[in-house]
Amino acid sequence: MSLSSSDVKRIAHLARIEVSDEEAEATLQKLSGILGLIEQMQAVDTTGIVPMSHSQDVVQRLRPDVVTETDQRAAFQAIAPAVENGLYLVPKVIE
Amino acid sequence: MINSSLKQLGAMLQSKQVSSTELTQEFLQRIDQHNPEINAYITIDAERSLAQAKAADARIAAGTAQPLTGIPIAQKDIFVANGWKTTCGSKMLDNFIGPYDATVIKLFDEAGAVNLGKTNMDEFAMGSSNETSYYGKVQNPWDRTRVPGGSSGGSAAAVAARLCAAATGTDTGGSIRQPASLCGLSGLKPTYGLVSRYGMIAFASSLDQAGPMAKSCEDMALMMNVMTGFDERDSTSLQRDKEDYERELGKPLQGLRVGLPKEFFADGLSSEVAAVVESAIAEYRKLGAEIVEISLPNTQLSIPVYYVLAPAEASSNLSRFDGVRYGHRAAEYDDLLDMYCKSRAEGFGAEVKRRILIGTYVLSAGYYDAYYLKAQQIRRLIAEDFAKAFTQCDVIMGPTAPGTAFRSGEKANDPVAMYLEDLYTIAVNLAGLPGMSIPAGFASVDGKQLPVGLQVIGNYFDEARMLNVGHAYQQVTDWHSRMPEGL
Repeated sequence: MSLSSSDVKRIAHLARIEVSDEEAEATLQKLSGILGLIEQMQAVDTTGIVPMSHSQDVVQRLRPDVVTETDQRAAFQAIAPAVENGLYLVPKVIE
Repeated sequence: MINSSLKQLGAMLQSKQVSSTELTQEFLQRIDQHNPEINAYITIDAERSLAQAKAADARIAAGTAQPLTGIPIAQKDIFVANGWKTTCGSKMLDNFIGPYDATVIKLFDEAGAVNLGKTNMDEFAMGSSNETSYYGKVQNPWDRTRVPGGSSGGSAAAVAARLCAAATGTDTGGSIRQPASLCGLSGLKPTYGLVSRYGMIAFASSLDQAGPMAKSCEDMALMMNVMTGFDERDSTSLQRDKEDYERELGKPLQGLRVGLPKEFFADGLSSEVAAVVESAIAEYRKLGAEIVEISLPNTQLSIPVYYVLAPAEASSNLSRFDGVRYGHRAAEYDDLLDMYCKSRAEGFGAEVKRRILIGTYVLSAGYYDAYYLKAQQIRRLIAEDFAKAFTQCDVIMGPTAPGTAFRSGEKANDPVAMYLEDLYTIAVNLAGLPGMSIPAGFASVDGKQLPVGLQVIGNYFDEARMLNVGHAYQQVTDWHSRMPEGL
C-alpha cells in the first residue's frame, strides 16, 4: 500500500495534530519507509493463530466498590493551563 | 567512593565512614561539574535531595536503615514524582510538576534512597539514541561524540559517568538494555508485570516495564528487592509474593544450559560485537556452562510487529495530551478542535508525531485486521519460539545491540535504521520475558574503546537466576567496574 500526502493530512487530523503541507510531504517519506518495514508481516500465514494482546494470561481484577481516592482537585488544577471555580476552561463549544 | 558498589556504600554509611549528606553532596558536585556537557539530567533539585539525605542520616543513626537508605540514585524522567518537574523528555510536559508519586518513586523513597534528579530520555521513551529529547542530546561518557543509546540514555550516561550510584530505566523495546550495552553497564528489564507502571508515563502499555540500571548485577539485585511487588494501582501488576533477588548470588554455574539463538549471530551483527560476545560465551564455558544452539525463527518479524503494536498503543495513550488539564496549550487557536491540533503539533516532537500517525493509521477503519490483529498473531508466534527454546536451555545469550555506540546524528534522519538497533531486544518485550545486558568487553572503533553488552534472556520470573548468571561472570571479569577517562 502507498500513502499520499493527503492521506497523511487525513490521519493527522484523526490524531488531532496540525500538519502543514510541507510537513505532510516530509512525513510521507518517513512513514512510507516505516510502513514498508511493517509490510514484511504480510508474508506470514497466521490462519488460526489466536492474537496475543498480553504476555501474562491474567484476568482483570475486581475491587470493592468503595471510594479510595482523596480529593486532590486543588493539586491537580494547580498545573492546568486554565481553570476557574474548580473547572477546567476550554473554548466555547456550544453557540 | 564513586566507583563503590551499593553494598559497599551501604556499609560505609552504616559504619559512619561517610554520611548520606556527604555522599549526596559528592554526587551533586560531580553533576555540577560534568552535567553541563554530558546532559544526563534534565532536573536537579539539590535542596530536595539533601533533605532526603538528612532524613536518611537520621534513619541510619536511629538504626532503622534498609540496604539502600542514604544511597543517591537517579530517576528516569518518565516517573512522576511529587513536587518534581516531570517532563518525559517532551516540550508537552515542560511545565508539568508531578502532583503525586509513581509507585517506583514511592518505593525508593520508603527504602530511604536519595533521589538525585530526573534523567534525560528520548521523548516519551521513543528512540534509541536519546536524540529525540526536547532537552538536548546526551553524550556517551566513553566517547563524547557518540550517543548513549536510548530511550534511557540519561540514566545510562549518569551511571557510566558515576553521576549517581545507580539509576532506574524503563524498557518497551530495549530502552534499558541497549543504552546499558552502549554505556558499559548492567541493565535489567524484568518480567512484564513485576514492577508497577503506576505513575510511569505510558508509551505502549502491554510492553512497558521498569527496571534497574547499575554497575553490577549485585547492585541490580538490591534495586530489584526495592522496586518489584504487587500494586493494586496497576491493572497488569502481578499478584506474587515478594522475592529476594540476592538469593541465588554466588551459586556455581556448573551445568547451566546456555542457548545461543543462531538468528542473533546472523546478518546485521557487527563483527567487533560478535567477537566480544563470543569471548564472553567462552568465559561462561569455563565457568561450567553447557552451550546449546537454539533457534528463534521469528526474530526478524519482531521489528515489524513492534512497529505496529507499540505505535498503536502509543497513539491511544498519548491522546490524553490535549492541552486541557495539564501540559502544553497553544497560545493562539480558533476553537476547541483547533486548540487540540495546535497544542499537540507544538508540544510533540517529530518522532513522537510519526509514531502517533503510524498508530492512528494501523488502527483506522478497514486496516485493523491487516495490521493490528496480524501483529498480535505474530506476537504469539514469537512468544512460542521462546517457550520452545526454554525446553532446551536455562538462559539465552547473545548480543544486546547489533553494534557499538554510533555517532550523534548518524541515524537521526533514518527512522528505519534507528529501529534496527533493537533487533535483539524487542522480541523479549513482545513475549514479556526478562532480559538483561551486562558489560562483556570493549571493541576498538576508530581508535576508541567502546563498550559491548552481552544480553541474557531468562524464562518468566527467572530474574534471580539471571542476576547470578551475570554476577558469576562479574566475579571473574572486571569490565563492569571500568570507568571512562576524564571523569
